[in-house]
Amino acid sequence: MSPELLNSLAIFALAILVGFEVISKVPATLHTPLMSGANSIHGIVLVGAMLIAADANDPLGYLLAFVAMVFGAMNVVGGYVVTDRMLQMFRKKPVAAKATAGPEGAAGSAGAPGA
Amino acid sequence: MSQEWITTIAYLAWLVGAACFVLGLHQMNSPATARDGNRLSASGMAIAVVATLGWLVLRPGGLSAAAWIVIVVGFAIGGGAGLYAARNVKMTAMPQLVSLFNAVGGGAAALVATSDFIRLSSTGADLSTTIFVVLGAVIGSITFSGSLIAGGKLQGLIAGKPIQVPGGRAVTMAIAVVALLGTVALVLGSAGTLSLNGGAAVLVLAVVVAAGLVFGVTMVLPIGGADMPVVISLLNSFTGTAAAMAGFVIQNPVLIISGALVGASGGILTKLMADAMNRSVINIIAGGFGGAEGTMAAVSGAGGSVREISADDAAIQLAYAQHVIVVPGYGLAVAQAQHQVRELAELLESRGVDVKYAIHPVAGRMPGHMNVLLAEANVPYPQLKEMEEINPEFDRADVALVVGANDVTNPAARRPGSPVSGMPILDVDHAKSIIVIKRSMGRGYAGIDNELYTDPKTGMLFADAKDGLQSLVAAVKAV
Repeated sequence: MSPELLNSLAIFALAILVGFEVISKVPATLHTPLMSGANSIHGIVLVGAMLIAADANDPLGYLLAFVAMVFGAMNVVGGYVVTDRMLQMFRKKPVAAKATAGPEGAAGSAGAPGA
Repeated sequence: MSQEWITTIAYLAWLVGAACFVLGLHQMNSPATARDGNRLSASGMAIAVVATLGWLVLRPGGLSAAAWIVIVVGFAIGGGAGLYAARNVKMTAMPQLVSLFNAVGGGAAALVATSDFIRLSSTGADLSTTIFVVLGAVIGSITFSGSLIAGGKLQGLIAGKPIQVPGGRAVTMAIAVVALLGTVALVLGSAGTLSLNGGAAVLVLAVVVAAGLVFGVTMVLPIGGADMPVVISLLNSFTGTAAAMAGFVIQNPVLIISGALVGASGGILTKLMADAMNRSVINIIAGGFGGAEGTMAAVSGAGGSVREISADDAAIQLAYAQHVIVVPGYGLAVAQAQHQVRELAELLESRGVDVKYAIHPVAGRMPGHMNVLLAEANVPYPQLKEMEEINPEFDRADVALVVGANDVTNPAARRPGSPVSGMPILDVDHAKSIIVIKRSMGRGYAGIDNELYTDPKTGMLFADAKDGLQSLVAAVKAV
């Protein structure tokens, strides 16, 4: 095996170990967003699609690179945006939101018997 | 700038991108930092993509006009479609969208590997490249078709119940053998043992890819809809691995690092998800839910009478209760009734009723899906209780209000012999009284009847989750 390949294999092995360690005890609540976040990261194949587009030299090559670009870009852009939308829901609610909602409900029940 | 400098800078930018992925993923372990983590990861992606484009433009020869068009137009179309879908998808349909994004990611990895092989085929690819090409193409095509099927099941385009492939295991085995033979032929060809010219090698690779696509379909079809989250997570891990293999083919470090990262962390996440559902990954893949159809028939035959209840009766029970536990399920998500459930809960609280929400780990369609939906409706986070925490409380709950939840409340899961056996459930049947809002007696994802509905303590309020909750709100106000 070439030295480059051996280097790549070393990088690969270490990255796998990092991947095992980086996910620790995750609350079930975050399982879906975390999966979605990891899903966006493998959109890095977009870089691969760019590289094969640059190296393409016949119509078939360009066609395959084009489809790969479309797929990869969809994975990256859609993946990050949808993950952000999910995580947006976890932001801390301002306390005021609950304070205004409370009296409304109370007023509703107080006014109801007359209706 | 010399060429060496440009390459060095691009390489360092890729490393920075990979570091952002690692740190971002780690931050996503906790709700407080998760959003920042995702943004950090997105910045890493932007850095990697921009660095790649810069390197391609500045390297000798630059980018041809055709390559520019492919890159720019391809990115615009794919990115635009992804952006549109991600912005406009309903919260309820999010899991299948993630599955779709996973599918295209796997497809892209397979295409990158295949395309590079075709380009090299005229001169003949060396042995190690061939091995990585085949691995990338096979894994990528399995995730492509498998994720599409998984998404289709969640979307309801394909029946959620396990579908037995005609011939079943034999067909799957035959496909695996074809893929294996093709792989061996390609490897021997590149090693020079077998004489394969360029065209023939590409043809064999096409057969291997086709086998991978069929394998993805036959692998996911027999798995029941309730297990889809775990399957999607597993396929997500596969896509990461496929991206890493593509990285070996085109010798790019950022693909190798990121792919391996996702492959490994996705694997861990799959195990965590399966553990939360008390299932083993092997069991799910090997047969999934309800492998034995005989038991399903037996369970569904054991029907009893159902007691129907009016909104007014239900409202009186709720209004004079002390402890109410709301059990939201997929029906609530589909009807977009999260705001109505919050309104009812606030109304009850204003009357001094203690209201809590029991969130099953897979309520909705995916782990955490229900939390997201309720958070969207401004339900206070402390009221959301996870399964282990809430289950002991059902014993002292006066009323359990089940809104569109089915399989996760089925007491049949406590006994062996049912398709849901062993699945952790909410102990809704321990409550003093149970009200179920449901459109019909239709079955849940596991495809079996729910014994909870025939429990003498249970009153069924047949309505769409939104309409049912609205009439309950009106009735409680009138009490």
